[in-house]
Amino acid sequence: MRGRESPASPLPLISGRFLLFQALTAGPWREHPGRSVLAVAAIALGVALGVAVHLVNSSALNEFELAARHLAGEADLVVRGPRAGFDESLYPRLARLPQVEAANPAVDLEVPLAGRRDSLRIVGFDPLRAGLVQPALLPERSGMVLDLFDADALLLSPSAAEWLGLKAGDEIAIQVGTRALTLRVAGLLPQGAYRQRLGVMDVAAAQLRLEQLGRLNRIDLRLKPGTEVAAFRHELQALLPAGVHAVTPETEGGRGANLTRAYRMNLDMLALVALFTGAFLVFSSQVLALLRRRTQFALLRAMGVTRSTLAARLIAEGAVVGILGAVSGVVLGYAAARYALSAIGSDLGAGYFRSITTSINAEPQVLAFFVALGVLFAVLGSAAPAWEAARRPPARALRAGDEEEGLKQLPALGWGAAVLASGLLLAAAPAVNGLPIAGYAAIALILVGVVLAMPQLAGACLAAIPAFTRAPAAIAIAQLKATPRQAAISVAAIVASFSLMVSMLIMVSSFRGSLESWLERMLPADLYLRAARFGETAFLTPGEQARIAAIPGLERVEFIRSQTLLLAPERPPVTLLAGPVDAADPEKTLPLTGAPHVLRPGDPPPVWVSEVASDFYGLRTGDRVRLPIGSTTGGAPREYTIAGVWRDYGRQNGAIAMNRGLYAGITGDRLVNDAALWLAKGTPILDVQRALREQLPGGIEIATTRELRALSLGAFDRTFAITYALEIAAVLIGLAGVSVSFGAQALARRREFGVLRHIGMMRREIGVMLGCEGAVVATLGTAFGLATGWIVGLILIHVVNRQSFHWGMELHVPWLPLAGLAALVIAAAVATAVWSGRAAMGEDVVRAVREDW
Amino acid sequence: MTGNNPKIPSRRRALAWLAGWMAAPVFGQPVDRQSSVVTPFAPVVPGYQMQFPRDEGSHPDFRVEWWYLTGWLNEPARPLGFQVTFFRVRPALKHDNPSGFTPRQILIAHAAISDPEHGRLIHAQRAARAGFGLAGADEGRTRAWIDEWALEQQGKTYRSRIPAVEFDLDLTFESAQPPLRQGQDGFSRKGPAPESASYYYSLPHLKVRGTIARSGKAQSVSGSAWLDHEWSSQYLEKDAVGWDWIGINLEGGAALMAFRMRDKGGASFWAGGALRAADGSVRVFPPSDIRFTPRREWRSPRTGTRYPVSWTVRAGDREFEIEPLFDDQEHDTRASTGTIYWEGAVRALHEGRPAGLGYLELTGYWRPVNLA
Repeated sequence: MRGRESPASPLPLISGRFLLFQALTAGPWREHPGRSVLAVAAIALGVALGVAVHLVNSSALNEFELAARHLAGEADLVVRGPRAGFDESLYPRLARLPQVEAANPAVDLEVPLAGRRDSLRIVGFDPLRAGLVQPALLPERSGMVLDLFDADALLLSPSAAEWLGLKAGDEIAIQVGTRALTLRVAGLLPQGAYRQRLGVMDVAAAQLRLEQLGRLNRIDLRLKPGTEVAAFRHELQALLPAGVHAVTPETEGGRGANLTRAYRMNLDMLALVALFTGAFLVFSSQVLALLRRRTQFALLRAMGVTRSTLAARLIAEGAVVGILGAVSGVVLGYAAARYALSAIGSDLGAGYFRSITTSINAEPQVLAFFVALGVLFAVLGSAAPAWEAARRPPARALRAGDEEEGLKQLPALGWGAAVLASGLLLAAAPAVNGLPIAGYAAIALILVGVVLAMPQLAGACLAAIPAFTRAPAAIAIAQLKATPRQAAISVAAIVASFSLMVSMLIMVSSFRGSLESWLERMLPADLYLRAARFGETAFLTPGEQARIAAIPGLERVEFIRSQTLLLAPERPPVTLLAGPVDAADPEKTLPLTGAPHVLRPGDPPPVWVSEVASDFYGLRTGDRVRLPIGSTTGGAPREYTIAGVWRDYGRQNGAIAMNRGLYAGITGDRLVNDAALWLAKGTPILDVQRALREQLPGGIEIATTRELRALSLGAFDRTFAITYALEIAAVLIGLAGVSVSFGAQALARRREFGVLRHIGMMRREIGVMLGCEGAVVATLGTAFGLATGWIVGLILIHVVNRQSFHWGMELHVPWLPLAGLAALVIAAAVATAVWSGRAAMGEDVVRAVREDW
Repeated sequence: MTGNNPKIPSRRRALAWLAGWMAAPVFGQPVDRQSSVVTPFAPVVPGYQMQFPRDEGSHPDFRVEWWYLTGWLNEPARPLGFQVTFFRVRPALKHDNPSGFTPRQILIAHAAISDPEHGRLIHAQRAARAGFGLAGADEGRTRAWIDEWALEQQGKTYRSRIPAVEFDLDLTFESAQPPLRQGQDGFSRKGPAPESASYYYSLPHLKVRGTIARSGKAQSVSGSAWLDHEWSSQYLEKDAVGWDWIGINLEGGAALMAFRMRDKGGASFWAGGALRAADGSVRVFPPSDIRFTPRREWRSPRTGTRYPVSWTVRAGDREFEIEPLFDDQEHDTRASTGTIYWEGAVRALHEGRPAGLGYLELTGYWRPVNLA
């Protein structure tokens, strides 16, 4: 008894009991720091992941929202059109409305930077009107507005200037069409007015330079005092052409949150999974540790420590693990978030906030929430075993061989089956508010159900194993058969973590496999050409198209025009792809998910919507829909037939495909963005690439099919980098769980080893015995884990993923990695079993027989 | 802008963009230095025959133009001064941009009320590029507007509506007298250099009627006003720091305009003026016949600028004492014209007796008007 920390108490009895209490409960911590450290680490990992994901996302969202708000300034409403905008005559009509105090017309585009694979957002507005609407976005130096009236002048936000390494007086080259165009940096916006990268031009200059004469795509409105914004917005919407929407700056700012909501929830769920496995680790180690300390607790109870005091004390132990884990997790998560922001970017590689620069934004209450969450999970993990230990009658618990008795209290098959079944049922439920909440709940229920049912399932499986004749293996099997519930805990630990690994592996591999076959379908040509990879002002003129088509050695060239349509005010625009899609044979160009709809005579012209667009806007094959394509003034927009739904992994805001001939007929727009080139047999690809460069000396991007595929798959892997990281974490936690449970069991069985040594068993043979036990338990665990993971994987693919990202995919089972992983888990289990047995069989293992006898 | 940032100061800073137009690019550079510029500015030359109402309209070929209305209301019961100005500025553009938004002409409007009970000016300002019918200045007759702010001529009547945030002016002006052509038949020189000049006429003794609403309460007003219409492509002489100007509706229907241009030392280097008698006979004064003598200075508590707000002005053989309606009529237009000056209602006295009512303008006391 080492009560050095005990206070000098006037009551020796209480003091003594206190010391005993200390010794019994704090003792295990000193004896087995490794196990406690593992539990702490598991909680820490879960909390760290949650904190990192949250910090990175909230920082990005915060910046996104700030940017939208700062750009809108004091505007009450922002009138938004698609990329191609609307006729500028809308501006005076809106400006004259009696409720409008001031209106600022704008051209707002992402503009490719020539010679730099990136783009800059440029807003061309009226600086004179900005005085009433966006005063912060004006330069401080007097008279600079005159400079801005120059058609080549541009103001940069300080962060854009820093990013580009430019200062006032420097030149900046942008790309419009395929031409590079030089603008002059007339000055900088005031420090702090706009934190993101931005260029500001005069609206007239922007119309001229960005080839938007006669067009605007944004008007910021400041309303007269006393105008009811919501009512006016409604009234205004009736005046706007189709595809043009009036939204509040809040909606503008919230779009980023909307866009990434499902993605963020996905990551949050992965962090929760890590916490869950951490909690399970706490649970399984506590169960076994408490079992081992059973007699000590009985002693305490006999000394008069009440049941609830004991339970509280044991739960407090879990809480200590939780606090240590959660606090270090927050620190770790903060560091990880900082690293991720600087190394990967604020979108965690997912491409949502490509050009948003952020600084970390950590609210204390959020960090406190994560600490609480970590503690909660640890407490939950220790609560059940603690309560169980506390409620045992002291007399019975003091008897030897009571361990297995204690485990009888674990729930029976009926409960597990019921929970499992309810989980499976829940998987069929639709999304809640656009989020796959039911899907996540289903996964949780299935996992809990399997874990609850595990004692019975494991018992049944163990009972079915035939008896062995050779000694160590025979003893191992006999031991497992005799204590099925204890074995079940180890099996459950493996099932819980392994099934999650399996499901994620299946999901990611299905996604990647589907993406690969999709790329195969979408990239049938030999060579692809794009005016620019980023930005919205690059295009190929009809003349340039003709020059491309005339290049010798080409069998066929197809052009694609990419535009945007604004179908709902709160959503980002969908992409309109006008390409070579043929109504008679759409499957030649589009990977349709169902049978194509055959148009009847008199049907409106066909369009094909991507799965995302279909889900977002409720568009089904065979529906008729009015789309704001072409002239957006006067009359209702034209009607189209949804002739099919196609799979599109490329555009997360949805896409609508139509025939380019039809598109050009309606809009008169003969520009294109992309070209697909098929080479005639025997034409060297390098010759064509050289010819293209000669014909189009400006900024174009040329890529072979292979390069594009590599690019797309690289982007995919970046997107899933965080998933992979979490997956590795799950594997580590799972393996740790397995080793902890084996270690604990081995310690708990020191007496048994002693007896075995007494009856003449060699240490090596005990090792073999433990290895066999480990192998059996791990095999059971991986088998159940595979089955559970398979089901969870299907839910991830068909429910969670579909509801989150609206992307359908086929099942691609990664057999080899799964087999390898299973083998790794079994090997790790055997190794830890043998190793922990060896550790438990110290010098005095023979003496251990005397323990407690 | 977030909520804690009051709108007025930020708007003011925004308008500060315009600072320097009136002075630097507009007045500051001689026309011939702008050879790379697409915009050719029309020169002001002697011998031009003003025609009305044609010349009451806009002259878009010139660099700058203004219609400047000042006057007294409700005298003697509860006198108020007011000022409504529309500026038209033609920026020097390097590109012939076909965009409908190309700022070929910029309109700036000021309005201010001088209420002795308020103790300082209540003012508002606005600026916009001409186009889309939202702002502009018509040729052929006076009509200048920015959104709902407007000054419009109908025959011999002018109407100005300024629905600003802090006040709402709706005034109608009737002219009973013919235009008073300043300088040599409307050619008004601003310095010894012959190219520094403007075309300039005044309409004194305009009868004003209308309403002024402040904090929602409309008040019927009537009184007498003065309209200056001036256009030029090069207004200021290189050495000019500022000017002092008066326009007085004298009792009995006579009218006096006098100005002087000051140099760095504060000395007059040019002056001009005209006195139209009640019978319509006009006496145009050469520079030597105009003398401005300060009598009393007032120091602005906001800017520390000292303005001589009380004067003795001698025009030929006649001498007037000029006394302000109240001292603090400092006009902070840093937000639009980039300067702070004094523009206020004044009484003219002749030999101690009331002789007329008008406006006094004192520029270049805060900083030289030429900000180039």
